Amino acid sequence: MGNSGLAGMLTATLRRDLLLAYRHRTQLANPLVFFTIVVTLFPLALNPEPQLLGTIAPGVVWVAALLAAMLSLEEMFRSDFDDGTLEQVALSPYPLSLVVLAKVAAHWLVSGLPLLLLAPLLGVLLRLDTVALGTLVATLLLGTPVLSLIGAIGVALTVGLRRGGVLLSLLVLPLYIPVLIFAAGAVSNAQAGLEVTGQLALLGSILALSVALAPLAAAAALRISLS
Amino acid sequence: MERLDEPLFSDLSFVVDAGRALRLSGRNGAGKTTLLRILCGLTPPTAGDVRWCGEALQRCYPDFVADLCYVGHVPGLKGDLNPVENLLFHTAGRAASGVSPEAALARVGLPPECEETPCRRLSAGQQRRVALARLLLTRARLWILDEPFTALDPEGRGRVEALLGEHLRGGGLAVVTTHHHMELESDRVVVLELDDGQ
Repeated sequence: MGNSGLAGMLTATLRRDLLLAYRHRTQLANPLVFFTIVVTLFPLALNPEPQLLGTIAPGVVWVAALLAAMLSLEEMFRSDFDDGTLEQVALSPYPLSLVVLAKVAAHWLVSGLPLLLLAPLLGVLLRLDTVALGTLVATLLLGTPVLSLIGAIGVALTVGLRRGGVLLSLLVLPLYIPVLIFAAGAVSNAQAGLEVTGQLALLGSILALSVALAPLAAAAALRISLS
Repeated sequence: MERLDEPLFSDLSFVVDAGRALRLSGRNGAGKTTLLRILCGLTPPTAGDVRWCGEALQRCYPDFVADLCYVGHVPGLKGDLNPVENLLFHTAGRAASGVSPEAALARVGLPPECEETPCRRLSAGQQRRVALARLLLTRARLWILDEPFTALDPEGRGRVEALLGEHLRGGGLAVVTTHHHMELESDRVVVLELDDGQ
């Protein structure tokens, strides 16, 4: 059992989570439908004037993406915790943090990536211009993995509680705020024709920090939840 | 060990040798499952330590879990995967015994037509059999089984006892909680009675 054993374990985890998501594919649509509905409600409730829509679009798309990401978070560890497979994974000879990383990757592929593909369409709906659309996709590409990674810590902490839903939002939403500020700010800047590399670099560094630290924190939290 | 700040048991000390099984018995709520989870390293004990081959568990944890197969009271199966898929996931990255999942399922007496059925459609006894089939797939020397006979019919209990006997004769160790009297050779099974803090 060397590296190949570890790689085997991680690919098996990734493949299993994707297969399970595929077998539950009707559930996958829920966050996407929610995302679409929230974004389309704004032009209906406010004035559908192009200039106003353009102003609110970055914030609206990002807040909706953030809430949609929250919707699917619980599933990351909940069912594994309930059916005992998490116990078995915790008893594997490899670092739990790497298994967490594989699970987060699977979660992002089925929840973050579809948002990324859907967002440009909704951006067009809100009259974002091409440059802003490109920036929107770039911020979502850097930001949504952070949402999954930070979410993993919150879910790992609350998975042992029967009613962890509200607590999970309270734990996770404050940590999402920097991502929201920099991402929406970058899209607004792009719209105004300003430089966005600063915000994108900050988002990238938040992502790098989360990839490095969030799996460790989530693994430690899972061990507490399991004991 | 404490639960809800009440001492559950204390002054508990035992050694399980190769080729032997320890059967934990005691009333419901005596702390059998808690003790098993402490032995697995899932729950840290309030005081004291668990040793594997003479070394404290924390120091040899990767080696220890590589040698451990734990079947808890929840079967640890994904309801949407079929038995073979579940077993393949379990063996990923672990030292394999060379037994195929199909052969292992046949040994625990799961009918071949169930192999393609999602686990959530299997009966409780069949799910238990799939969970126990994990024992055959790894080369784990230590089996920790929490109520392995629950939901099994007499034929299934016989099969599991046969597996356990074979494992012990091969130099393996086991810690089992059960209220079922095992027909195994009495010199191989030591019984530990957990009663009110003893």
